[in-house]
Amino acid sequence: MTPQDVEAVYEALARKIDAIAPDQTEPFLAKLALLLAYDCADVARVQRRIDEAALNLDHP
Amino acid sequence: MRPVGRSETDSLYFSYPHFEPPQERAHLEDRAPVAIVGAGPIGMTAALTLARHGIASVLFESKATFNDGSRAICIARPSFHILERIGAVSPFLDKALGWTKGRSFYRGKQILEFEMPDSADEKYRPMYNLQQQFIEQFLWQAIVAQPLIELRWQSTVTGIQDIAGGMMLEVRDLNGTYTMPAEYVLAADGARSPLRKMRGHRLHGEYYEGKYVIADVQMPHDYPTIRRALFDPDCRPGGTVLVHKQPDDIWRIDYQLADDESEADATKEENVRASVAAVLADLDYHGPWELEWWSIYSANTLALDDYRDGRLFFIGDSAHIVPIFGVRGLNNGLADAENIGWKLAHVLTGRAEPALLDSYSPERRGATLDVFANASKSARFMTPPTRGWRLMRDAALNLALSHDFVGFLAKPRQMTPYTYADSPIVAADDQTFGQGSPVAGAALPNARLGEGFLSDHLGQGYTLISFDAALRVDLPDLVTLHLALETPAARVLGAGPKTAYLVRPDGHIAARWHDAAPDQVLAAFHLSQGRPAQ
Repeated sequence: MTPQDVEAVYEALARKIDAIAPDQTEPFLAKLALLLAYDCADVARVQRRIDEAALNLDHP
Repeated sequence: MRPVGRSETDSLYFSYPHFEPPQERAHLEDRAPVAIVGAGPIGMTAALTLARHGIASVLFESKATFNDGSRAICIARPSFHILERIGAVSPFLDKALGWTKGRSFYRGKQILEFEMPDSADEKYRPMYNLQQQFIEQFLWQAIVAQPLIELRWQSTVTGIQDIAGGMMLEVRDLNGTYTMPAEYVLAADGARSPLRKMRGHRLHGEYYEGKYVIADVQMPHDYPTIRRALFDPDCRPGGTVLVHKQPDDIWRIDYQLADDESEADATKEENVRASVAAVLADLDYHGPWELEWWSIYSANTLALDDYRDGRLFFIGDSAHIVPIFGVRGLNNGLADAENIGWKLAHVLTGRAEPALLDSYSPERRGATLDVFANASKSARFMTPPTRGWRLMRDAALNLALSHDFVGFLAKPRQMTPYTYADSPIVAADDQTFGQGSPVAGAALPNARLGEGFLSDHLGQGYTLISFDAALRVDLPDLVTLHLALETPAARVLGAGPKTAYLVRPDGHIAARWHDAAPDQVLAAFHLSQGRPAQ
């Protein structure tokens, strides 16, 4: 993926999150994660990405 | 529970008999080989299994009739084979509704239709629906015809003690109290098992938050016998509803309670009526209906650490409580009953060593833990316990509206017979078999054979299935079935010209060999009867 590709995905996500109902953000992202994981078809890689996505999040 | 004005056994479709306690008293204190406490489906199946193998038993039941409601309604294929082996299957086949198909809906749209495994090699359908009262009535009819079983109604076991060579039961009925010794005792006294409490044992495991009301209604609803699961329906936003057809125009509606619905409120008649009416509207049923019966349950996975306490064995709900998703409560209980039944019979008739009884708890508790693993997954999907499980469940259901690959998550993980691979009485599997054939410890699969099925040709005790006409092993209690390599059974069993399978009385594979020799068969037979290697 080129930096331009990453930016295109980043922008598309921002626009879609703004376009859907605010309380649908979580299900939207969860559905997206399942779809991309299915396309990726590499469970070990997906598990790694799940852990990485949880890094540096604010704690309650 | 039933509508106001109707007693617990005042059913729209079932006539409850009333059974008296024993009138003839002279023999009540006579020693019994086996005492069985609880004459529900599990206790009665244990008694019939013992009788099939020649052992007499006395059954104690505190109630005066059968179960008050339909409760366990799904009987799986392996259970039909058990019913056949105990000589009781015929009325079940006449009355029960067989089914193979399920449909799941999310917000009113169908997201999944699944077929359960079925083929011309199977004698019975994967699942049958039948109310528990009929299950008990049909088993009772078989018991009445069986002179080796004495069923004592309105007889409550109030105490149990170890004595030399057995156990002493204290029994109370309307006419007094008495004691009765037995060599072995089976506790089939249900989820609240008084015997479990008397012996100081506790169930361990997980409690889930989700609670369901189960309600039966009678209505002329024109829909085939297909299990329906409704996720997040209009009638119960965020909740789950299950719909099953039963005989006599009875429909089972299971609906999940919201977190803020109390058990006491939810089981009030007017609330049950309103909830059922909303479900029926969602099903697009607008005709007349009558409320028959309802109850409540929660989806727990609980089991005893050991199903055996000396000469006392726990079978069915007294040993384990499982969520209904996947219909394993009744079906696993029936497998418990058959498992301990044939083993006790073989020990009591001197055919096997008492060590055989040590295999009951590992085999059947192993089956329960396997059920827990599957049922916990089903329960988490049907009743997500936390925010994370709920978000992912809802996301998967929502995605299933447009993409098929996630729909399977909504599939019930139905009961399959457990493989006793780690059992102390099952031989190590022969690794020279190819993939796809059943391993040692697995339930023997069925296959067409002549005009009938392979299962029709199995013996009362052990069966040696041999594809080598020259293989002969002479043992009492062993029937040898020689099959040709051209039979469907050879394909199902991955057989070569010298292949043999040793099958136990409960239809599980004790051992198998791609190239069998008589001394191997002999050794596996002894192992399967709890005898040390010779």
